[in-house]
Amino acid sequence: MVKQETIIKTVGLNCCYGSLCVLKDVNLEIYKNEILGIIGPANSGKTTFLRALNKLNYLNSSYSQKGDIYFSNESIKNIGENILRRKIGIIFALPQVLPVSIFDNVAYGPKVHGVTGKNTISQVVENALKKAYLWDEVKDRLNEPAVRLSGGQQQRLCIARTLAVEPDVILYDEPCSGLDPISTAKVEDAMQQLKESYTQILVTNNTKQAARVTERCVFLLMGEVIEVGETDALFTEPQDKRTDDYITGRFG
Amino acid sequence: MFRRINEKIIESCIKLSGLLVIIFVFLIFLFLLKDSISLFGQYPIGQFLFGRNWLPISEPPKFGIVPLLLGSIYVTIGAIVICVPFGVAAAMFIAEVAPGYLKHVLKSLIEILASIPSVVLGFIGIVWLGPFLRNTFGLKTGMCGLTGSLLLAFMALPTIISICEDALVGVPRTYKEAAFGLGATHWQTLWRIILPAASSGIIAAVMLGIGRVIGETMVVMMVTGNAPVIPKSILEPLRTLTATIAGEMGETVGGSEHYFALFAVGVVLFIITFMINLVADVCMRRAKK
Repeated sequence: MVKQETIIKTVGLNCCYGSLCVLKDVNLEIYKNEILGIIGPANSGKTTFLRALNKLNYLNSSYSQKGDIYFSNESIKNIGENILRRKIGIIFALPQVLPVSIFDNVAYGPKVHGVTGKNTISQVVENALKKAYLWDEVKDRLNEPAVRLSGGQQQRLCIARTLAVEPDVILYDEPCSGLDPISTAKVEDAMQQLKESYTQILVTNNTKQAARVTERCVFLLMGEVIEVGETDALFTEPQDKRTDDYITGRFG
Repeated sequence: MFRRINEKIIESCIKLSGLLVIIFVFLIFLFLLKDSISLFGQYPIGQFLFGRNWLPISEPPKFGIVPLLLGSIYVTIGAIVICVPFGVAAAMFIAEVAPGYLKHVLKSLIEILASIPSVVLGFIGIVWLGPFLRNTFGLKTGMCGLTGSLLLAFMALPTIISICEDALVGVPRTYKEAAFGLGATHWQTLWRIILPAASSGIIAAVMLGIGRVIGETMVVMMVTGNAPVIPKSILEPLRTLTATIAGEMGETVGGSEHYFALFAVGVVLFIITFMINLVADVCMRRAKK
């Protein structure tokens, strides 16, 4: 592998909802332009980890957090959440399209961040849709309500919407759990193409998807990091028995 | 065997009650219509609808409802202009901004607001609000359209706030997360995403508020001055459709022209409220989809 530059680093990260702690002492480094997979059974804290990175967990009032997260060597405590979430975008499990047109869904992000000018915005929208491999399918129907798109198209629309605000990191929270295999393949293709310019973190329940798409993988179990390694190595020769049990399908 | 009969009886009782409600509404309308049609045998309908004078005891009497209709419209528009921005903003605050405990306090306070009898509000209008407005705007009398509008706005607020709040809370959480995920601020999310998504519920709330205002009688009778003239502005005394019926019904002879004219006013009022409720209903249904 080439020289790796750390973009996100967590130090002693503990995340709790009330008295229930779902992440315990997580120390991870995430490298620039990699696709990092996070696998593990349900309730192991995958989503919480992801949402901790752009402070989305704070929408839940019982949430509390210890430890620190660094983004580009700066503690995210010192970064305003709007700037942080713009830099670290997120794709949710179910496509969360807004109840407006396809065009406006993508244009929404740039608009709230102060981009003006009709031509500029339509250029941004077109580029984002192209990067998400959706442009050819929707270019003639940009003014239709976004909810009319198929599930896979909606998910790629969400990716385009995230890309439109020019993030550095894209978080995926089980992005294909509601999609059929063909749509899944299209989303995965898009992820591969985006590797050039973005760091991507993929939370998935589907170990096969993690093996297909990611370069490095983290195995989380009950809020603890059990194993981190290059995906090929982790899947062929896991160091920990629990990892082995999980990826071979003995539990989870 | 006994159980089956029992079941049948209960079933038909429920069916009967349901049917009765429909029949009653229908009968009310029929009753109103029958008596008001008697008027149009003696008095031309065009002069009733477009007449500019309401002089029921002059000789010959004039029953033009334009001044009353305008009175109702002035007071209603005034009330809506005041209470809609207030109500929607309050609903936004309760649904999105207020912390948990404040939310509960506000919601129960609003319910108390809804339970204030209208005659009490009218009283406040006479002894305090009217004189206050008279002094503030230098009017001849404080008993004017604006006094009525303000008090009616106060009465419609609970309806508008609680229905608006339901509509805002009903917006899927995913919209909010999606907007936050893109780095939008709370205010941007509220303004550009949540408010538009809740718009049909908000329109329904406003329509029901209007329905409440236009049908209200006691307050407007007490504070608007009851002058059946075409008002030049909302700062002048005026009289609404409802206040006319309530105020004059006691003085008329049953079966006289005047008596029938009041029924005709009732029909006009019935049609207006019916239309407003219809629009509100359509909006509510669209909101549920």
